[in-house]
Amino acid sequence: MLHLPPFEYFAPCSIADAVNLFAQYGDDAIFVAGGTDLYPNMKRRQFTPKVLIGLNGIDGWRGISNGNGVTIRAGTTLNRLSDHPTIRQNYPALATAANLVSTPQLRAMGTLGGNLCLDTRCNYYNQEFSWRQALGFCMKKDGEICMVAPGSPRCWAVSSTDCAPVVIALDGRVRLVGPRGERVIAAGDLYRDDGIAYLGKTRDELLTEILLPPPDGTKSIYLKLRRRDSFDFPILGVAAALRFASNGEIENARIVLGGVGSRPLECVESARLLMGQKLSRELIDAAADAAWKPARPLDNTDSTHSYRKKMTRVYVARALEALSEK
Amino acid sequence: MSNVIGTPLAKIDSWDKVIGAAKYADDMNLPRMLHARILRSTMPHARIKSIDTLDAEELPGVVAVITGRDVPIEYGILPSSQDEQALCVDKVRFVGDAVAAVAALDVETAERALQLIHVEYEPLTPVVTMNEALDETRDAIHSGEHADHHNIHKMVALEFGDLDAGFAEADYILEENYFYQGNTHLALENHSALASFSPDGHLTLWSSTQTPHYVHRALAKTLELPASRIRVVAAAIGGGFGGKTDPFSHEIVACKLTMLTGRPVKITLTRQEVFYCHRGRHPVLMWVKMGVRNDGEPTALHFRTMLDGGAYGSYGVASTYYTGALQTVTYKIPAYKFEGMRVFTNKPPCGPKRGHGTPQPRFALEIHLDKIARHLGLDPAEYRKQFIVDDKTKTVNHLTITTCGLRECIDRVVEASGYGSEKRETRNESQESKIENQKSKIKIGFGLACGSYLSGAGLPIYWNQMPHSGVIVKVDRGGGVAVFCGSTDIGQGSTSLLAYIAAEEFGIDVRDVRVITADTDLTPVDLGSYSSRVTVMTGNACIQAVRPLKQKILDAAAEKLLVPAESLSFRDGEIICEDDDARRLKWTDAVVLTEAKHGTLSGTGSYKPPKRAGPYKGSGVGVSPSYSYAACVAQVSVDIETGQVRVEKIWLAHDGGRALNPLLVEGQVEGSVYMGVGEALMEEMTYRGGLHKAPSLLDYKSLTMNDMPRVETFLVETNDPEGPFGAKEAGQGPLLPVPPAIANAIYDAIGVRIDETPITPDKILKALEEKEKGRTARFGPKNFPNAPYPEPLHVEPPEDAPRLERKKG
Ligand SMILES: Cc1cc2nc3c(=O)[nH]c(=O)nc-3n(C[C@H](O)[C@H](O)[C@H](O)COP(=O)(O)OP(=O)(O)OC[C@H]3O[C@@H](n4cnc5c(N)ncnc54)[C@H](O)[C@@H]3O)c2cc1C
Ligand code: SF4
Repeated sequence: MLHLPPFEYFAPCSIADAVNLFAQYGDDAIFVAGGTDLYPNMKRRQFTPKVLIGLNGIDGWRGISNGNGVTIRAGTTLNRLSDHPTIRQNYPALATAANLVSTPQLRAMGTLGGNLCLDTRCNYYNQEFSWRQALGFCMKKDGEICMVAPGSPRCWAVSSTDCAPVVIALDGRVRLVGPRGERVIAAGDLYRDDGIAYLGKTRDELLTEILLPPPDGTKSIYLKLRRRDSFDFPILGVAAALRFASNGEIENARIVLGGVGSRPLECVESARLLMGQKLSRELIDAAADAAWKPARPLDNTDSTHSYRKKMTRVYVARALEALSEK
Repeated sequence: MSNVIGTPLAKIDSWDKVIGAAKYADDMNLPRMLHARILRSTMPHARIKSIDTLDAEELPGVVAVITGRDVPIEYGILPSSQDEQALCVDKVRFVGDAVAAVAALDVETAERALQLIHVEYEPLTPVVTMNEALDETRDAIHSGEHADHHNIHKMVALEFGDLDAGFAEADYILEENYFYQGNTHLALENHSALASFSPDGHLTLWSSTQTPHYVHRALAKTLELPASRIRVVAAAIGGGFGGKTDPFSHEIVACKLTMLTGRPVKITLTRQEVFYCHRGRHPVLMWVKMGVRNDGEPTALHFRTMLDGGAYGSYGVASTYYTGALQTVTYKIPAYKFEGMRVFTNKPPCGPKRGHGTPQPRFALEIHLDKIARHLGLDPAEYRKQFIVDDKTKTVNHLTITTCGLRECIDRVVEASGYGSEKRETRNESQESKIENQKSKIKIGFGLACGSYLSGAGLPIYWNQMPHSGVIVKVDRGGGVAVFCGSTDIGQGSTSLLAYIAAEEFGIDVRDVRVITADTDLTPVDLGSYSSRVTVMTGNACIQAVRPLKQKILDAAAEKLLVPAESLSFRDGEIICEDDDARRLKWTDAVVLTEAKHGTLSGTGSYKPPKRAGPYKGSGVGVSPSYSYAACVAQVSVDIETGQVRVEKIWLAHDGGRALNPLLVEGQVEGSVYMGVGEALMEEMTYRGGLHKAPSLLDYKSLTMNDMPRVETFLVETNDPEGPFGAKEAGQGPLLPVPPAIANAIYDAIGVRIDETPITPDKILKALEEKEKGRTARFGPKNFPNAPYPEPLHVEPPEDAPRLERKKG
């Protein structure tokens, strides 16, 4: 068995305390929610924080409330999320995505906030210390170069969260609370196209809420490609959300890909093609083609990158087909 | 008789497992115990120039640090392959090879100390692929004595009967290359060892091992202690599948460290280290040439294999022979040539995994037969049935068939699945695609394949004339029965079997039997849990131990009841006169009478398989008291757009002889299906350079519950004369037909051949693309490397083997 490195653990009761504690320990500290991503990484020594700030004891940390749309507290577990009637009814893609994360055990602990902040993954990186030592370390941790693309100045580790593409496709926003105050940003702005600095928030900012607009007739779907029907991270995720006018024309379209880049990728061109049109075989194929092109998976996850790229087209087409039937 | 044998019963240790009381090696703790960790090579192939352990020794909490110089004596499971050292002395041969070890007060300190050991390596060119192993300009991994030639570990070539004549008789000859990828056991329990050395010089090792006897021998050799002062106990074992059948570095290291420190030492491996220990399925490249007549009758078979052995010998010599041994025990083959070769590469060593060396050739052979049947326009099931071996015959390579229930196995699965019949059109069970509206892109197919496996290796691993299995039975004056046997239960239920047999024989409740196993101090030797030998061998030994005791008890009872002993039998806790059931005696009373008469009641039994090896070198591999048979139909759905395969259902009929506990046999079948489907679809050991790509339960893909097909099991119970109560084996054989049945089903569904494992979606799409372009609709190896196979040894087939009838010319 692998063992955790030593650390000090704090369990603040309020968001303010959590933020203050972080400010106090700064570089030595890391927030932890369910720990299902962080603890395995600590065991493999991707992270060796001196201080952990546990979030689960924060008052009002979990829960889902209706209002204008829905507000999901960051500490809501994936199980709660996928079982929640409002989510299943109005944002089915999110319920699906949450339910497809890993295993039942992990979904019982893992939170939506943690899922959105999930570390990027790469099979040169998510390995034990001694393995990385044997290979030589890469720039994401302890090293200088990238093993997947040795000439590259950047890291290409893969955004592997199932929920992020959906939250972006649903036009979600997230609330961040930090020492400099509070802000609400578009979910898409939470991400950067960089395997190392993959979050568009500072380390000391706490993600407290996820805000989804009223569904307003939007249909959504999430499809996940992985080798096995449980346990596995997505090697491609397709989130699609469409709103149809009463005449069947598409009023609003968003398609977001996960698992094929360092951040969730929006298929802007596909959405543009769909807008104002009625879904047809030809349109679906054209939109799928447009989605396929920008996807640039590298050879650093399970399966081959050429297969993942090929599947992008198929999965986008299938997502649209399914939405056209709903 | 009581009704134990043939009854579905729980295993006697199931409660312990369920409530968490079973003690695995890692659960054990002793006072003053130290924790040890092993420093492993970061280089695939390198000379060790120096190892500096000073900094590690000085770390507070570290008690001892050892290197190869402390345990330099070479060992290995086979006497002919003594090529391992507990810690490498001059050279490392794969990433993960053990280099040094630390014992400390806690694991964390031991781990930190590993980082303070400075090893200076001189890198050598790594040999990673089989082709690289054949390239003589690369450095040799082992010195000459351990290899047949440079990086070729072992070469064999055998020819039985007249191959040329066989091919000359053929109307159709099919040649093809196949590849079966390497994969690992993935037992849930990581290997663990706890060693304790007492001041009076006695060493005890508790370990998760399938073969305590062989570990015992390896310890005596490497530690230079008399075997009489070493005790090896197999703790509860959380799965083995062949992954715990070698003596391992960590076992020797734990022993050495306890001897040096005088304190108990425990080592539990991490999952990554378990991947490094490996000894799993060999990747095997195969070339098959088969000749048949127009009706499909085989006239000749030429089979060539190349095994990627990894860095050490392990069971490799046996594995090599096994890739050629059992092709002959299913269908009548009158002329057979086998060429096998195992090469060394700088990767974790391969060894025995469930089916040891036989699933790979079985995969090739059963696909090959499917192709031949289709070419000749024959039904693959009916076709096979025509040429099944007969009971009480020999094969061309001198293996003895006692009973063969294969024909019935085929019938059962064909009937249940509707294979090959008109039911085809109505097959629509659970065609749920992962994505709606895709039904038209989902193709359904059915495939059939067969297999056979031995019920225990006919020869021991080291040459000797002693029994393979021993049993002592002791009857207490309170009526309790204790059975002592060296066998190890790795979950298959071998310990329970001994209780069932004793209970059946004495007519008592299974709960009145205690079984003490796998302890070299307390139990007579059993060679271990491998080669599906345990039920047949320990079962026979147990019967032998019990029967004379029974006679004594009957005699004493007869004296008391004033009836002839022959009229008495054991039933439901009593000894009852068949002629007059008023004359009866309680079992406990009978036992007391017998002990009063004879003194302490005990019996011993031992078992040695019949001597059946053929008259040639290498004939020891493949001989067995009996062979199990299995037939499998797989139903798959293939998504032609994504290449994803779902195995919907498996029908599997297994002839394991009489099922002593049908529940356990079914369990073995289901476990085999699980493993077979995983090997067919996803399991693979992949490397980047010499580095394992996916040494974790997340990244190494094996089936989850959700991917597991439904399984319908049929037990075909031949009554084999060699087995206890007619039993044969069940632990490994049912796996064999599963991967080829799936490959054949995929062909049935989409018309492409995938001639290698694992059958991944991208390979399916590539084959479909080939088909679309009008090229051969196939994915698989295109050629076989040019390798220096030796001249074959010509062996005359035995009298009662299938004969080649000359019909042409
Ligand atoms: C075997 C395995 C399989 C997995 N499979 C999947 C999968 O299929 N799909 C998938 O999406 N994920 C998967 N995961 C990852 C993980 O389990 C989930 O993403 C989970 O939702 C993470 O949530 P958590 O609360 O446990 O996060 P933690 O581990 O607690 O945190 C993850 C990261 O987010 C940060 N963080 C957490 N909460 C906040 C917050 N509120 N504000 C700021 N930062 C925060 C932490 O500092 C940490 O860096 C898998 C993990 C494992 C071990
Ligand atoms: S993409 Fe490159 S730099 Fe990033 S984790 Fe993988 S190997 Fe390291």
